[in-house]
This record gives sequence, C-alpha cells and structure tokens, in this order.
Amino acid sequence: MLSRTRWLSVPALLWLAFFFLIPLLLVIALSFLERGTYGQVVYAFTLNNYSRIADPLYGEVLLETLAVSLLTTFLTLLIGYPLAYHIARLERGWQHTWLLLVMMPFWINFLVRSYAWVVILRSQGVINTLLLSLGLIDQPLSLLYNSAAVLLGMVYALLPFMVLPVYVSLEQLDRRKLEAAYDLGASPWRAFWHITLPLTKSGVVTGSILVFVSSIGMFVVPDVMGGAKSALIGNVIQNQFLSARDWPFGSALSIVLMLLSVMLIFLYFRAIRVQEREGREER
Amino acid sequence: MTGKRSRLFSAYGWFVLVFLYLPIIVLMLYSFNQSRINAVWTGFTWKWYLSLLENRHAMEALANSLTIAAWSSLLATLLGTLAALALHRYAAGVKAVLNGLIYLPIIIPDILMGLSLLVLFSQIGMSLGKLTMIAAHVTFGISFVVVIISARLAGMGNELEEAAQDLGASPWQTFRHVTLPVIAPGVVASLLLTFTMSLDDFVISFFVAGPNSTTLPLYIYGLVKRGVSPEVNALSTLMIAVTILLLVAAEVFRRKGMEKEPGNSLIM
Amino acid sequence: MKTIIQLHEVEKQFGQQTVIPPLSLAIAEGEFLTLLGPSGCGKTTLLRMIAGFEQPTSGEILLDGQPISQVPPYKRDMNMVFQHYALFPHMTVEENILFGLKMKKVPAAEQQHRLEEVLQLTRLGELRRRMPRQLSGGQQQRVAIARAIINNPKVLLLDEPLGALDYQLRKNLQLELKNLQKNLGITFIYVTHDQEEAMAMSDRIAVMNRGVIEQLGTPQEIYLRPKSLFVATFIGENNLFRHRDAILAVRPEKVKVYKMASGGEQPRRTGRIADIVFLGSLRKIFIQLEAEETTVLAHENGDADPVWQIGERVGLGWAAEDEVTLPC
Repeated sequence: MLSRTRWLSVPALLWLAFFFLIPLLLVIALSFLERGTYGQVVYAFTLNNYSRIADPLYGEVLLETLAVSLLTTFLTLLIGYPLAYHIARLERGWQHTWLLLVMMPFWINFLVRSYAWVVILRSQGVINTLLLSLGLIDQPLSLLYNSAAVLLGMVYALLPFMVLPVYVSLEQLDRRKLEAAYDLGASPWRAFWHITLPLTKSGVVTGSILVFVSSIGMFVVPDVMGGAKSALIGNVIQNQFLSARDWPFGSALSIVLMLLSVMLIFLYFRAIRVQEREGREER
Repeated sequence: MTGKRSRLFSAYGWFVLVFLYLPIIVLMLYSFNQSRINAVWTGFTWKWYLSLLENRHAMEALANSLTIAAWSSLLATLLGTLAALALHRYAAGVKAVLNGLIYLPIIIPDILMGLSLLVLFSQIGMSLGKLTMIAAHVTFGISFVVVIISARLAGMGNELEEAAQDLGASPWQTFRHVTLPVIAPGVVASLLLTFTMSLDDFVISFFVAGPNSTTLPLYIYGLVKRGVSPEVNALSTLMIAVTILLLVAAEVFRRKGMEKEPGNSLIM
Repeated sequence: MKTIIQLHEVEKQFGQQTVIPPLSLAIAEGEFLTLLGPSGCGKTTLLRMIAGFEQPTSGEILLDGQPISQVPPYKRDMNMVFQHYALFPHMTVEENILFGLKMKKVPAAEQQHRLEEVLQLTRLGELRRRMPRQLSGGQQQRVAIARAIINNPKVLLLDEPLGALDYQLRKNLQLELKNLQKNLGITFIYVTHDQEEAMAMSDRIAVMNRGVIEQLGTPQEIYLRPKSLFVATFIGENNLFRHRDAILAVRPEKVKVYKMASGGEQPRRTGRIADIVFLGSLRKIFIQLEAEETTVLAHENGDADPVWQIGERVGLGWAAEDEVTLPC
C-alpha cells in the first residue's frame, strides 16, 4: 500500500516542476542575456542587465520601493498590533468572529480594493464632494496619485497580514507570566514592554516579513492609486515585460526582487527556529 | 485590567474594522447611485447592473472567468488531493523536500510567478489564451489544495486506516470507505477555494492572458485605468459578493466533521 | 493446551535502533495474556507486529501454526481494539460494527443476526443509530470492542483500550472485559502500562522492559516471586536490602514492626520511625534504618490502634519464605 500510493504525488510534482521551477530558472537565465533592437532576446551572455540596475533612474525606484515597503511594514505594525492585542483579549467565540472580519477583505482582490479608494479619494470623489458641499474647501484636494495615497493603499491592503501572526503569538502567550509580572509590581505599561512585547517577537517578525515581502512585489496598488512618479519596482518590471519589451532587464530586476524575498524568508525561518528553541527550553 | 482600558481597546478595534470595510461598503453603495459622474447621491437604481447584462464585453469576461475557474479548480484539486494523499505516507525527510517545492508557490510574490510563466509560454511557443490561463491558475491552486487536504489527513491520523484494514478492508476498500469520506469535505472546500482564487486573480492573469481570454478582473482593470464609472462599481460589487459567498461556503465545508478541532480557518 | 500464537525469534529494528531483540513467546488458545511495561518498552510494537502493521526485521509469527509475516493485516484472522478506538466518524454505531462483515461480503441475513447478538452482548442496542461523536468515552470503547468481536476473530488484540477513561469507569470496564473474554472464549492479547489493570484481568502477564520479556507468569507468580529487580520494583511496592552479592526484596505487607523494649525476637534490622501515613484500609509506616542509608516501608492494618511515635526506635522482621533473592 505504502509504495503503491507514492506515485500519486508524481503528477502534481511534475506540474510544479514544469510550471513553477523551470519558469523561475528561465527567468534567471534570461537575466544574463542581451536584448535585441526589436525587443527580441539575443542569446549572448552579458552582465549589463544587472549593472543597469545601478543606474540612478532605477536605483531611485529601488530605494523608493524599499522606503515605501519599510514604511508600510512599520505602519501595519503600529495599527495592527493593538488590534491583534484587542482580539486576543476577547472571549474565544468573539476572537474567531473578529479574525474572520479582519481577514475577509484580504480575499477581495487588491484591484477592487484599491479602486474603492479611488472612488473615495478622487477629485470628484466622496471626500472632496463632502468637503466642497460643507464649504470647507473651494478647490478639490488632490488626494490621489501621490506617494501618500500609495502608502495608504498598501497599508490598507496588507494590514491583515500583520494582524494574524501577531494575534497567534499573543494568543499563545502564557498569561501566568503577565500575572507574575503584575504580582511583582510591574505597571501595565512596563509589563507590556518587558514581558508581552518580547514574548510576541515571533509574531511581529512573521507579520513584518509577510508584509514587507508582499510590499516589494506589489504593483496593483501603485498602478491604480499612484501617479507617474510613484512607480515601484513591481511597476517597472511589469513595464519591461509588457510595454518596453526588454525581458532580460525585467528578468534581472525580478531576480533582485526574488533575492530580497528569499533573503527575508530565510531570515524568517531562522527567527522561527530560534523562537522554537526558546519555546522548548521554557518547557 | 480596568474597564476603561478595555473600552479604549474595543473602540480602537471597531475603528480599524471601519477603516477596513468603509471603502468596500462605499464602493458597493455607489453601484446603486443614479448619477454617473459625481459622488452626490441622486437616488437608488438597478440600472448599472442591468446595463452590465447587455454589455457584450462584460458577459464575455464573465464567461471566460467561469470557464477558467471551473477547469483550473478541478485540475488543481485533483492534482493537489492526490499529492496530499501520497505525501501523507512519505518518511519525514523526503516529505520536507517535497513540501518545500509544494509550498514555495505560496510565498513567492505573484508578479514573479506571472512573469516567469510568461517567459515559459513564450519559450515553448504556446500562444496566450485560455489554456495558458488555466495552467497558471492550476499552478498557484495546487499548493493551497495540498495544505487543506494534508491538514485533514493529519487530523485523521493513521489509526482509522489501520482500523479499516484490521477489519478486513483491502487498500482500495480502505480508501473508498474510510479515507475518501473523511477527506471529502476538504476536497469540496479545496474546489471552492481554488475556484475563488482563480476568479479573483489579477496579477498572474495579467501576464499570461491572451486577447480572447480576458477575465473579469482584467476587464475591470481596463475600465479602472479609464476612470471611475458606475458599471465598474456594479461589477466590483458582484465580484465582492461572489467572493464572500464562495469563501463562506468553503469554510463551512472545511469545518464539517472537524467539530472538535476546527484548527485555523482557511481564509486566515 | 493448544498454542494459538507463536512468536519465534521475532526481532524489530527501526533504522539503526533495536527496539525488540529476538524474542520468543507462545500464547495459548483462550487465554488472557497481558503485555505489561512502561511506555517505550516495545509492548505496542510487539502487538502491532502481531496485527501486521509492522513487519518484524527477522523471525516469524505463527497464527494457528501458519506463518503470517507475509500476510497483510486485512487478511489476518484477528482484530484489534485501538487505543483511541479509531471509530469511523462518518458512520453510525451500527455501520461501524458491520464494517468488517461488509468488507468480507458476509450474507446480509447473517450480518443482521450477528449484529443483534453483538449489540446485546455489549448493551449498545439503544445507541445503534448514533454517530461516534455523540457517545461518551465508555460507550465508544464498547463500540470498538463490538466492531472487533463481531468478526469472530481467533485473537483479539487490545492496545491500552482503557487508557483514555477515568479511574472509576476503568475499574468497572476491567471486570466487564474479563467476563466478556470468558464468555466468548477468544484469546485476548492486552497491552497496558497499568499494573493494577494487568493483575485484575490477566491469566498470564509478560512484564516487558527495553524490548525484553523480563518475566512471564501468572499475576501471583509475578507479584510473589519476581525474577528480576525490574519486575520486583515495577509491580507493587517493595523493600530492597543488600545481602552479600544479591538483593533481598520484601513486600511492605510482610514487614513486621516491633517495639525494641519487648525484647522477644531478634530483629533483622533496626531503625527509627520517620513518617506515618494513614490511607484508610492501611497505614504506611516509613522506617529510617540505622545501619544503612535506606528507608523501609511497612504496611499495617488501618483499623489497628496507632501505637508508633515518630522518632521511636523499632525493630523490623519478616519470615524467611517472604524474602525473594534477586540477582544484582
């Protein structure tokens, strides 16, 4: 029975090898090839695609992407942690309902959710119409198509990614330790700072990495809510593939993106392992 | 903890929920507004939904979306379920390596998966269309199916299958009468979930869609680039409603027969 | 008596690790044999090899004289009651019980006949339409037994079947199981780590430690004449004394405590009362010996007048036939 059922995994594994692994390898290969005059791929080895990334034009986009991603991570943590804390303090049944409510928007696609903000923020949008009719302003404010709008959209889109892991770590937290801290005379704030926060580090790290990795690859939000100046690396890659038709360069940019992601995921697994080891030692 | 602090946290929680839901609700509300151009409420109407029915492009996109979602969810569920059944029996070491390959598509950014598939299809000379869309959607669906079915199998343990064999059931009878019925709700949940994910996907589809395989999200994107319109509001509202319905159904099936330990919800 | 199961030099290794070194054991038809030992002693592995879920690394298992190592579990004429019952969650009590007969395509009329018989025997008649999750632990356990015995197996294997139940229920079910086994006349191979359970039910007990059967015998033999230090200390309470190259074991209920002043018998040991614990039917007296760094435990009837003072100097004695000499 054992040996006979093993082959059942073969179709799925072959599928993933062909449609997932090989394509990634092709992109790696492509990033070392030249682009011909008409956008075709020339089979000659070059490192030019990578040296071009250092070009201030793209360097700036890369820096902007990193800045927006870091800010997004920081803001989702700032907003998400107290929310997760609130949920973890509720009764069991309510915890589940709240989590469902927080996670539900996450499954509605980013495109529709970004578009919802356009409806609200555009010059003839809900906010401007309201403010104009109240007479608070006499010119519509330009709330959309700038970096702030992109940041808002990203935080909005990725907030659930932060809340869930932080909630999980808060929920696993041993309340007796907190009670011990109170018993030893710690104020609520000190107890939080010295006990709760360090013990939920793994949730914070997991959430931060999930949000950060999703941010650096994001192109829907900046595409819909950002202006020409607020393009992120995701938009540049998309552009290289679909408009500029410079696939080798687009591939090189993607490899940089992939390396960043892999590095973070690696750090993540290391953090998780450390956490697990600490957990074992406590027991 | 004092009651005052509790109330403060509670108020904050509701505030964030409003932040999460307000844009979606506003969008849905405006799909019923009569005015075409601005945000002033001028009265309730169904007309934008009715005009969608007469919009040939929208209907074509809907048909494409449904075809692609149906095929890709069926294929992904089949491949993923078989893989989960087999993985259930591998030794821990091999399992870890194979799990790596199976779970990687979940963590890799969508844009990377999309463009790498585009490169693959162009290299093997496959023209972009419904087939490339289905292939792409199966690829990201398989991993989620394996996650759901594996959880179900792990919850079942080895004892049930051993008990069946002990009572004289052959390997096939064991699968037919015990394993399959126990994982069946998980299979239905996988179908619903991969269907939803296919219906909802924009980023990967954006790279691998051809001229005759525009799906609803791609169609919406085209309209969004041209600006806000009540038709887009109506279409988006429909997508939101269908997504939520499918997710709730998937969650109901996933929990079925797992009363004691429902584990983490799949939409989390 | 006829041998129903014969283990011949059965050995089991997991990877490089030997869990059970070559072991032989003959189990008689109709007997209640218990494999008793601490967790990790190999008792469950041994049971799973008999059931066919594990393959012996070497050696042979004979059922009714036929070698069965190559026979898959679903073709072996024995059934198992699993530790957590392993009831099929999507089937009713009745469907669970009938599963084995259905798989073997027994005629419908006979299925019904045997079902009624077994339902009556296990008093499950009223619960027949329930789902497993609607049953209490004790009821689930009865379904697991009914599901196994309806197949009229030659041997019933039980893997800690009472482990998940609370103390009082366990006590009652021990007697029920013992009676069931007598009435059915089926051979029971029972795995447990609970010595009381083993003593209460078994015809013979095999005490296992690190994959080895340390002693095989009736409960009386195991308790009164332990053959190794492990058996002497694992089963019940025992006092151990060093005696030249050997160890003497004396049960607490055999130790007599004397007043030193009475001057009658010459005490075997002397010491001071360290502690007295009253447990209802008996009183435990702990005596710190003077000559050795040992505390001796003696039992005294609970209704005897308490005469000992803590710190009092006393003599200890026991009859020569009550001491068991063990190899070091």
